[in-house]
Amino acid sequence: MATVKDTTGTPKAPRKATAKAAAGNDAPVMNGVPMETATKDGEGVRRRDFIHIATVSFAGVGAAAVAVPLVSQMSASADVLALASIEVDVAAIQPGQSIKTSWRKQPVFIRNLTPEEIAEANKVAAGGLRDPQTLAERTQPGKENWLITLGVCTHLGCVPLGAAAGEVKGEYGGYFCPCHGSHYDTAGRIRKGPAPTNLVVPEFAFISDTIVKIG
Amino acid sequence: MSFPWAQQYKPQSTVMQWVDERLPLPRLVYNAVGAGYPVPRNLNYFWNFGVLAGVALVIQIVTGIVLAMHYYASIDGAFNSVEHIMRDVNAGWFLRYAHMNGASFFFIVVYIHIFRGLFYGSYKAPREMIWLLGVTIFLLMMATAFMGYVLPWGQMSFWGAQVITGFFSAIPLVGEPLRQWLLGGFAPDQAALNRFFSLHYLMPFVIAGVIILHVWALHIPGSSNPTGVSVKGEQDTVPFHPYYTAKDGFGLGIFLIAFVVVTFFAPNLLGHPDNYIPANPLSTPAHIVPEWYFLPFYAILKAFTVDFAIPFTGIILVPAKLMGVLAMFGSILLLFFLPWLDTSPVRSGHYRPLFRKFFWFGLIPCLVVLTYVGAQPPYTQWVVLSQLGAAYYFAHFLIILPIISRIERPLPLPNSITEAVTGKPLQTEAVAETPLRPAVA
Repeated sequence: MATVKDTTGTPKAPRKATAKAAAGNDAPVMNGVPMETATKDGEGVRRRDFIHIATVSFAGVGAAAVAVPLVSQMSASADVLALASIEVDVAAIQPGQSIKTSWRKQPVFIRNLTPEEIAEANKVAAGGLRDPQTLAERTQPGKENWLITLGVCTHLGCVPLGAAAGEVKGEYGGYFCPCHGSHYDTAGRIRKGPAPTNLVVPEFAFISDTIVKIG
Repeated sequence: MSFPWAQQYKPQSTVMQWVDERLPLPRLVYNAVGAGYPVPRNLNYFWNFGVLAGVALVIQIVTGIVLAMHYYASIDGAFNSVEHIMRDVNAGWFLRYAHMNGASFFFIVVYIHIFRGLFYGSYKAPREMIWLLGVTIFLLMMATAFMGYVLPWGQMSFWGAQVITGFFSAIPLVGEPLRQWLLGGFAPDQAALNRFFSLHYLMPFVIAGVIILHVWALHIPGSSNPTGVSVKGEQDTVPFHPYYTAKDGFGLGIFLIAFVVVTFFAPNLLGHPDNYIPANPLSTPAHIVPEWYFLPFYAILKAFTVDFAIPFTGIILVPAKLMGVLAMFGSILLLFFLPWLDTSPVRSGHYRPLFRKFFWFGLIPCLVVLTYVGAQPPYTQWVVLSQLGAAYYFAHFLIILPIISRIERPLPLPNSITEAVTGKPLQTEAVAETPLRPAVA
């Protein structure tokens, strides 16, 4: 009730001058508090205005609180998030070979680059590329031969070719997306075609010489 | 239709005027639940429960739609998907508990709504159609609730489906083929689960459609009231908004508090623990009970233990199983005939001394007993009690009500709602009764 009193009679209320003026001797009074403080021209805050606003606000806050679970139930559930990181043993991958694995239900390419492929990637001036990045920026220090990227073309999400033996690797010897003809080089960088950015490098770390943790 | 003094919709803005001229939806809402619907001024809190039932349906539809995003109707996966909702889905435990208890609360408010109708004679002329549609909604709700209970594919789900579809096998000749047709097999299995899920998703929208008819029919004569005396003048009514939007809003707050308390602090209070055991078609639970809201009808089903036969000849006319099933369905279907079984012109139980006695000391205890007995194992004392309860239930509607309607001397009715409320006679001139409205009071 104190809040109601504040709204109707004290200087805290908006339009305080009008409210105070109207709270004179003529105004109806309940429990010592003026009930109606609106003036004849419709100004001022009435007790009923406060009740209306309080009611609608209360219902609004309640509706917003209920909306939280209704919206959040659509986000990734705990069992999906539990599989958010994977560990892969890369010991068997020889230089020049690559494997496809699955991480967060998306293909991941793990490629053991040959020295020639590394040299070819480093030969290019990164500054002139569509998405300027060096091979070193896309690999771990000391493990420059391990190129780990998502197998998801950054154009519209197809899986590029070039990871499995015998697949077309594109004009730059890396990956080639058959959907709309994007060519990636041996560092997984976009060189030709519609894709806007390089193949995404996920967060990864070598937890031993041969085991890499992705995610 | 409405009373001649009903307020007319006046668009507040040019936008609303533009909409109203092209599609009078704002006008429809205004006349249905706004200031354009004059309502008797003396409604008590029992008149909250129609709106509360509507809210409960909305809660069920909203939570149900999001649950269906995570549930899969497969005999191998259904139980696990429910557990997945409970453990993994964000706020899934809340949404599922809200849906589960929402069903119970839907039945609670609908039972109070029906109670209101029974006591205050809301089913009588000119409101018979509202009552008929209401009983239809009740039947649809029961079907929907049953099919929803099957979906988690726990032990009670499975055996509930087995028992309920078994009712149909009691029908002579076509019973067993009918049951197999309903199940899509010889026992509840993948086919049954899939179609139950499909229908469980459909039926709430059918219910919503019948509710629209229910409310439409309500707006022809207007709301009933605790005196049962028809509205005679403008003084007898107040606009629905803000008077009853505020009163319903308050009731809604109380309802939501009760609902939330149970959902958060006792979510399994009204459920059965056996339904947390995955369905096993080879092992029946020791004691199958339906959800609490079906218990009175389940008690009536169980009351029939003896074949109906011609004495000393051994010729069975109606086997006990069929009797039980017929009685159970009959106990609901007879409600369709209630407006013509209770012929007293006085609506409200307040002014019917004899009716009131049988209502409070006959029907209500009978329903309490049936609810209690429905949950008990079939031991002799409970079977006898269920037989007494079932006998009174049918006697009340088929024998007692028609008789007391004829012999009862009702108490004097107030001349008008206004007089009942204020003690002063109605000031305005009485309006002509509509043709549908009989000259009650």
